[in-house]
Amino acid sequence: MTTNRREFLKIAGVSTLSLIAPAIVCPAWAKDKIIPVSNSPEALSPSKALTAKRWAMAIDASKCPADCVDCIAACHATHNVPGFGNPKDEVKWIWQEKFAAAFPNESHAYLRESLQKQQLPVLCNHCANPPCVRVCPTKATFQRHDGIVMMDYHRCIGCRLCMAACPYGARSMNYRDPRPFIARINPDYPTRTKGVVEKCNFCQERLAKGLGPACVVACKEKALVFGDMENPQSEIRLLLEKRFNLLRRASLGTKPQIYYIL
Amino acid sequence: MLEKSLKGSRGYWIWIIFLLIVAAIGFFFYLRQLDYGLGVTGMSRDVSWGLYIAQFTFLVGIAASAVMLVLPYYLHDYKAFGKITVLGEFLAVAAVIMCVLFVFVDLGQPSRVMNVLLHPSPTSILFWDMIVLSGYLLINIFTGWVILTCNRKEVPPPGWVKPLIYLSIPWAISIHTVTAFIYAGLPGRSFWLTAIMAPRFLASAFASGPALLIIFCLILKRYGRFDAGEKAIQALSKIVAYALATSIFFVLVELFTAFYSQIPEQAQHFLYLFTGLEGHTKLVPWMWTSAVLAFAALGMLIIPPIRRNDGWLAVACVFVFVSLWIEKGLGLVVTGFIPSPLETITEYVPTGAEIAITLGVWAIGFMILTILYRIFITVHDEKENP
Amino acid sequence: MKKNKWGLIILGLVIFIIVITFPFWYGKGKTSPAPTLSLDTPAIAQLKEKRCVEDTSFMRESHMKFLGTWRDGAVREGKRLHTARDGRVFEVSLSGTCLKCHSNKEQFCDRCHNYLGAKPSCFSCHNIPGEVKK
Repeated sequence: MTTNRREFLKIAGVSTLSLIAPAIVCPAWAKDKIIPVSNSPEALSPSKALTAKRWAMAIDASKCPADCVDCIAACHATHNVPGFGNPKDEVKWIWQEKFAAAFPNESHAYLRESLQKQQLPVLCNHCANPPCVRVCPTKATFQRHDGIVMMDYHRCIGCRLCMAACPYGARSMNYRDPRPFIARINPDYPTRTKGVVEKCNFCQERLAKGLGPACVVACKEKALVFGDMENPQSEIRLLLEKRFNLLRRASLGTKPQIYYIL
Repeated sequence: MLEKSLKGSRGYWIWIIFLLIVAAIGFFFYLRQLDYGLGVTGMSRDVSWGLYIAQFTFLVGIAASAVMLVLPYYLHDYKAFGKITVLGEFLAVAAVIMCVLFVFVDLGQPSRVMNVLLHPSPTSILFWDMIVLSGYLLINIFTGWVILTCNRKEVPPPGWVKPLIYLSIPWAISIHTVTAFIYAGLPGRSFWLTAIMAPRFLASAFASGPALLIIFCLILKRYGRFDAGEKAIQALSKIVAYALATSIFFVLVELFTAFYSQIPEQAQHFLYLFTGLEGHTKLVPWMWTSAVLAFAALGMLIIPPIRRNDGWLAVACVFVFVSLWIEKGLGLVVTGFIPSPLETITEYVPTGAEIAITLGVWAIGFMILTILYRIFITVHDEKENP
Repeated sequence: MKKNKWGLIILGLVIFIIVITFPFWYGKGKTSPAPTLSLDTPAIAQLKEKRCVEDTSFMRESHMKFLGTWRDGAVREGKRLHTARDGRVFEVSLSGTCLKCHSNKEQFCDRCHNYLGAKPSCFSCHNIPGEVKK
């Protein structure tokens, strides 16, 4: 298939025109009537996808064995999270914090010692009222109908206003090219590029294929429970009904959706 | 009129070449930052804004302070400022351009900057800041240039420029208010989460901006064959004194709330600034310098004999500028992140590359300012000695 | 004095015109051979009908815009399936769908992009199958 210079100039011209044309105008093919799905790729058939009105997670950290980092390892390997080995450039989606750091307002010196020593997994809270979404100047971070707070890495300009707005420290900036620092690239998930902010996405790419979040699946102790908060019969709702639980910094009104069973 | 900037003494050209060199060094380091990423700076996961955004915040104040000349002259017909309102407007132009550049060099993906316009997000304060800053830039370029042209031709300014000047007064207040709202509306950053942030910003702006203008007027008087007039400079110095007193008062008010309430979240950031936290004391000497300079300058400015002496006045104004630069251009932004929401204390120190880029942007700003002031002086000279 | 100024202005204009037209006269007479794009990959060889997601001419002219729509649909609206005009359904995935057939990125994507000086940043994040470490 050879193409001469003239044709290339034509393509260049057309693409330039397409850039000028407002992005809102859909190309002709997009307006066509939808033809029923015939040979739909198996894994992605919409019937298989996990859906919810509001995704949430419950964490029973008392089940976490000491030194277990299975959830963190699974998440970071699945999502190509780099390991820079220094706190300055660090990128993390899920990690551990002491109770006093995760719950500064609930912590005091005479709390049960096991709780004070307890390492809690922390991650993006997928707030129902997310300040990061409110402050983003390009809508690069946005909230889906199922409650997941997502990042559009294609649109992020790297202003880091979302990092200042997040009261949970859940966001990381790619201060440099992350690729050389990924031990083993998972070919099924993209990496990020320098200059964009990233965070946990509640494994939306796995939910679309009918799989639970990588951290939940990786946990042998079933300490992480993932489910629909708007469904009163869901496992997570029944669990929270039975056990005392707290939200991180609930007084800020962000309505976080990670429930800590204590 | 631009060609007037091409004539100048040897000192003028040495100054311009010096600024060009500083800007070129900054540009060189910016290319390195583009290649490597923002990792060339001292910013980290915990302290995600540093020198760049702090300079931006400080310079929005300098830009807004032009209103301190425009308001007395146009609303109260205070004639003494008639000669120098254009100087204030040109200072605003240079400051806003520096603001825009500082935001730009702070972006992780600068090539995508147009996304702010392609996907406008009215809930974002940064979006509104972009609108008010670009509007303010246009207003000041227009009014400054038109009035200077009219001065040159010795005709009264056209009627349409008056409403634009009146508009610039609330607009100046808006740029610094909106900039304060970037900080004051963030949950979980207790250092910034205060309703007094915008008033504090305005008070410190109305002290640091006019202080800088006095310094420029004194330099022009000595080396530029331009005398702004004793009355104008003295009036400006009183503005600086009152604004500085208000600014100090606002900070003390913040300290009272933080320390009398004894809410740790409120107090810990101020403790970090003035005593250090758990042995982390990098900003402490700076902040005490700022505090001492502020009180010293206030003392000098409120005693009339000292204020009336050009030399002492210059020293007081330098004190005000340095003190408020430390407060806003160094302490305010970084301390919001220390300690982090997870109670971690990560300190911030700018890197050499970051400082070079910062100086480069300042050099570009000073170059624009020098050229605009050069034009102003030449026009003025031609009128005085035809 | 006046005359002298005109000379300088004309000299300036001449230099300006020379600089601005530099690419035209510099490139005159030189020809760069048009790139030959290879469709010789195992996945394409197995196809009964050699047809991309949409017509070749559409893909050639508008793949960048088409991929942009794919990208926004998948990331922002969760649309992970694309139904082509002829009814076939594809997973919306650059690495998983496009590069599955065009597994020879260097002989296909890159040749043309290099020829045109286009520098798409897709692959600074999206993986090239087979090129991933380990």
